[in-house]
Amino acid sequence: MSKPLKQIHLAAHFPGVNNTTVWSDPAAGSHIEFSSFAHFARTAERAKFDFLFLAEGLRLREQGGRIYDLDVVGRPDTFTVLAALAAVTDRLGLTGTINSTFNEPYEVARQFASLDHLSAGRSAWNVVTSWDAFTGENFRRGGFLPQEERYSRAKEFLATATELFDSWRGDEILADQATGTFLGDAKAGAFVHQGQHFDIHGRFNVPRSPQGRPVIFQAGDSDEGREFAAAEADAIFSRYATLKEGQAFYTDVKSRLARYGRRHDQLLILPAATFVLGDTEQEAAELAREVRRRQVSGATALKHLEFVWNRDLSGYDPEGPLPDVDPVVSEEHISRGRAQVRMYRDPLAIAREWRQLAEANKWSIRDLVINTGNRQTFVGTPAHVARTINDFVQADASDGFILVPHLTPSGLDTFADKVVPLLQEQGVFRADYAGTTLRDHLGLAHPDTGAAAERAAS
Amino acid sequence: MDIKEGTDVSSTPASPLHLAVALDGTGWHPASWREPVARPRDLFTAGYWADQVAEAERGLLDFVTIEDGLGPQSSRFLAPDDRTDQVRGRLDAVLVAARIAPLTRHIGLVPTVVATHTEPFHISKAIATLDYVSTGRAGLRVQVTARPDEAAHFGRRTVERVDAYDSPEARGLVADLFDEAADHVEVVRRLWDSWEDDAEIRDAATGRFVDRDKLHYIDFEGRFFSVKGPSITPRPPQGQPLVTALAHQSVPYRLVARQADVGYVTPHDAGQAGAIVAEIRAEQRAAGRADETVHVFGDLVVLLDDSRAEAEARRDRLDTPAGEPYTSDARIFAGTAVELADLLEELAAPGLTGFRLRPAVTGHDLPRISRDLVPELQRRGRFRDAYEADTLRGLLGLARPANRYAAAVA
Repeated sequence: MSKPLKQIHLAAHFPGVNNTTVWSDPAAGSHIEFSSFAHFARTAERAKFDFLFLAEGLRLREQGGRIYDLDVVGRPDTFTVLAALAAVTDRLGLTGTINSTFNEPYEVARQFASLDHLSAGRSAWNVVTSWDAFTGENFRRGGFLPQEERYSRAKEFLATATELFDSWRGDEILADQATGTFLGDAKAGAFVHQGQHFDIHGRFNVPRSPQGRPVIFQAGDSDEGREFAAAEADAIFSRYATLKEGQAFYTDVKSRLARYGRRHDQLLILPAATFVLGDTEQEAAELAREVRRRQVSGATALKHLEFVWNRDLSGYDPEGPLPDVDPVVSEEHISRGRAQVRMYRDPLAIAREWRQLAEANKWSIRDLVINTGNRQTFVGTPAHVARTINDFVQADASDGFILVPHLTPSGLDTFADKVVPLLQEQGVFRADYAGTTLRDHLGLAHPDTGAAAERAAS
Repeated sequence: MDIKEGTDVSSTPASPLHLAVALDGTGWHPASWREPVARPRDLFTAGYWADQVAEAERGLLDFVTIEDGLGPQSSRFLAPDDRTDQVRGRLDAVLVAARIAPLTRHIGLVPTVVATHTEPFHISKAIATLDYVSTGRAGLRVQVTARPDEAAHFGRRTVERVDAYDSPEARGLVADLFDEAADHVEVVRRLWDSWEDDAEIRDAATGRFVDRDKLHYIDFEGRFFSVKGPSITPRPPQGQPLVTALAHQSVPYRLVARQADVGYVTPHDAGQAGAIVAEIRAEQRAAGRADETVHVFGDLVVLLDDSRAEAEARRDRLDTPAGEPYTSDARIFAGTAVELADLLEELAAPGLTGFRLRPAVTGHDLPRISRDLVPELQRRGRFRDAYEADTLRGLLGLARPANRYAAAVA
């Protein structure tokens, strides 16, 4: 008997402040006005997507001591936009990236519990950490964390928020007008937490929300991050969108679940993915090349090379050869507020590798950045892209994708109109929402009924 | 500054009044939730709040405020209680306002934000974003908290318990909390200006999305915190969303005079109203804001019925289950819409420019405001017949302010 087909999960990432977003396209709209967010969310909901995803950055990026001006700059407040989007959608999940370094558990728990009430059970929290004093300069708590404490604070932050969510069971509000009893429990919301990072106690003031707690996402990739996800998260926002890497990541993370007494289907793996669609394979490939060239202008190429070289390269010709000088290896980095630069752990080795690549392929600086940077995950006709996505999921390289369009706000339209119906025809993507909450869409049990659901399933 | 006729703060007899409603749970009377119209089980749904704000918008009100707090409501002074016979629990007010914004078109949305334990950077971008999602109708009501239990919810500092705000030991604490709030608002306002309006240039020729010369570090350094900036959110549609504050004494009057566009005060008669207005105007001059419009609104708790006897009987009925008469910092009015209109005119004469009404029972008294009081004031020529502006600042006769950083460069 063949394995039953897995159902694919799809989400939409609102185009962000990286060079993935092609703001120079004549069709590009505002990335701040609410009408853009509403259009994007309604498209995702029309396509029956699981959720919309918002990233966050709490300080404008700088390079060479000045604000980085080549990408989209600026974004609205995550919670506020998600709450407003709850008014223009009915089923779509609403996922916000919220930092555990520059917030306090009581406030964040209030905001997520409130968002969950106001969206009737559609909230999710992508828990991220920060390490840099650069971002800390915007906050009264200031400072920053030693890198090794990031996850310990994140873990304790999430554990504390969970204690706050759980401080109301959900049956306390009687609101019995006849007897005059509003609360069935005088101690509703009572909590005490004493730990390394947080020592707080008192009463949480938001009653239990429809989902009990928001769905929890994790996005880190280190061993620690993977372990954190296996222990605590409902879904991972990963970056492995090639089949082999995807399968390796999937196997690795899912194998960690047993240690925490969790089943395979209790943690979803959802890589970020970009796409370019065309009526023919050739048209799509040409369009993809054109998009890459727009994403990487000559000026952008030099700035990206600076991520590795860590020195001012403004004097170089982006259409010319790579610099003959070596990267500067230093704790001080020319680029600030960008997590990506930390991936280049051995800049000298990368520079050597890139020089060889450029020489072998006769690439200019710009060619090199275009070809080594993030190429589109899916390029082709709608039929080809639908098939590729399905193959990927059925081969256990992921449970679905978080799609990152390159256009605001219309970048999802064609995917919704042309790819989604094909996935629906194949019976691997929902034709309509079966439930009302994000947990329903993702097949995750409600925390209060998880035990019951497990018994029913066995 | 361009001030439309009729909104001048000097309040000529014919000048229209401004009206806001303060939303708090099922109403300001602690027994309000027991009234048949109260819908206490809906309090934690979006639909409940959407209905209240729609009712206020039907009455052409300037704005609604939404109460909030960093701990459960309490009947005790600066301490939690264990009562089960009153509403406990609430939703984050900024998120409630954002959830309502796309469902309304004209009415201003002014959630409460607590300055004491929160990050001005987060508050600034949240209210800027509320201004975007409401296309120019956002404001905030800044509040401080001296509750030791709320400090313990954050665990970043302890607050000593005081027995009364005017006690000698409370004086230093209160002064510090308000100084901190003033710095908080200063940072929030600077961050709103940290992007010039035309900072986003999308210049395809040079590949530059923003003109970074039009993005500004705010470099705030104060006694309580420092914040670098710029904001991550561009300057909001109104430039500066509305800043409001409730004030009972000289220290908070100073905050209103230094930082607010609207102050809510609680005079119990026209004499008190005149004295408070005079004090705020003096503080305003001292703060160098004499030529800026600062509205002073009177706060009143209202019970409105077809006759005074009916309203008073309802008040008694509400007081009975509570076991004691309801008291408030604000004057409590029980009577008809005509009598309330008389009182508002009397209190406005010495210089109040509007009122923030606190419905005792939201489900009952809010429709009475929008359907009885408003038509009565319209008949007297003291209230608008239609919304005359697209932004909250516009409704209050406040011009869109110049950007402090752009002005410094020019």
